[in-house]
Amino acid sequence: MLIEFVNIAILALLAVTALAAIRLHDLFAVAMMFGIYSLLASVMFVVLDAIDVAFTEAAVGVGISTVLMLGTIGLVGRHEQKPAHRPLLPILVVTITGAALVYGTLDMPLFMDPAAPAQQHVAPYYLNESPEQIGIPNVVTSILASYRGYDTLGELAVIFTAGIGVLGILGLRRRKRPGHEGTSE
Amino acid sequence: MSFGGLYNYWIVILLMMTGFYVVIASGNLVKKIIGLNLFQASVFILYISVGKVAGGSAPVLQDGFEPYSNPLPHVLILTAIVVGVATTALGLALVVRIREAYDSVEEDEIHDQDESL
Repeated sequence: MLIEFVNIAILALLAVTALAAIRLHDLFAVAMMFGIYSLLASVMFVVLDAIDVAFTEAAVGVGISTVLMLGTIGLVGRHEQKPAHRPLLPILVVTITGAALVYGTLDMPLFMDPAAPAQQHVAPYYLNESPEQIGIPNVVTSILASYRGYDTLGELAVIFTAGIGVLGILGLRRRKRPGHEGTSE
Repeated sequence: MSFGGLYNYWIVILLMMTGFYVVIASGNLVKKIIGLNLFQASVFILYISVGKVAGGSAPVLQDGFEPYSNPLPHVLILTAIVVGVATTALGLALVVRIREAYDSVEEDEIHDQDESL
């Protein structure tokens, strides 16, 4: 089937991009690789029918995340030191974790299986009832804003907390600096 | 065909593990956070893969386009993307702060400075 070939092609590109991000030691290039990775991921989301996720990932993952990384690289310098020792232990840990996860997938329903439990639980209810109950054609919007509205409210609380955290770490200290020159932590 | 339908999950696990590898093998704090983001994007792909139905179309209701893919993972991942950016911003702010305090973002150098105190 065509979709499976497209799927495998995009996954292969994602794998190449991720491996390039490991090998590069220039952080600017690594941030660009991450941008490409997110963009490929959003193409993948379109192929997998998640259009809302695709444009959010394209805007937030590719745009805001990459800009935040570039801003940080501008402040802290763009060159990473080459590791002094061979990364044998990380490779071992990653291999064992990956093998355990692959073992875990052996029980999973097959990819795109319409009879999978995930497709049988609340999803049919949302698809069948939301035109009557909410009246919006886009079911993702109905769930996000209505059925799962409290999740979205919680998300806003998380963003607000993170914003306060960033301000607390970076913003408030700047204001003190002229009066407290050379203050240690 | 017994395992043929699982290839998608396996490649996604490979992608997750590359992100995980960057997090634990790299000494540079900015690169660690980029690795965390790679890991996170791979988890998004895993969830969206679970929601895909063969022959399905995007869950925007319109006569003649049934079946639809599962909209619930899409909603969860929309939330996760935005929360992910919030945590990335917080992590990068901490990196900038560490750089100002230690004049380095390399894990080994920061550790040496802590040891020599």
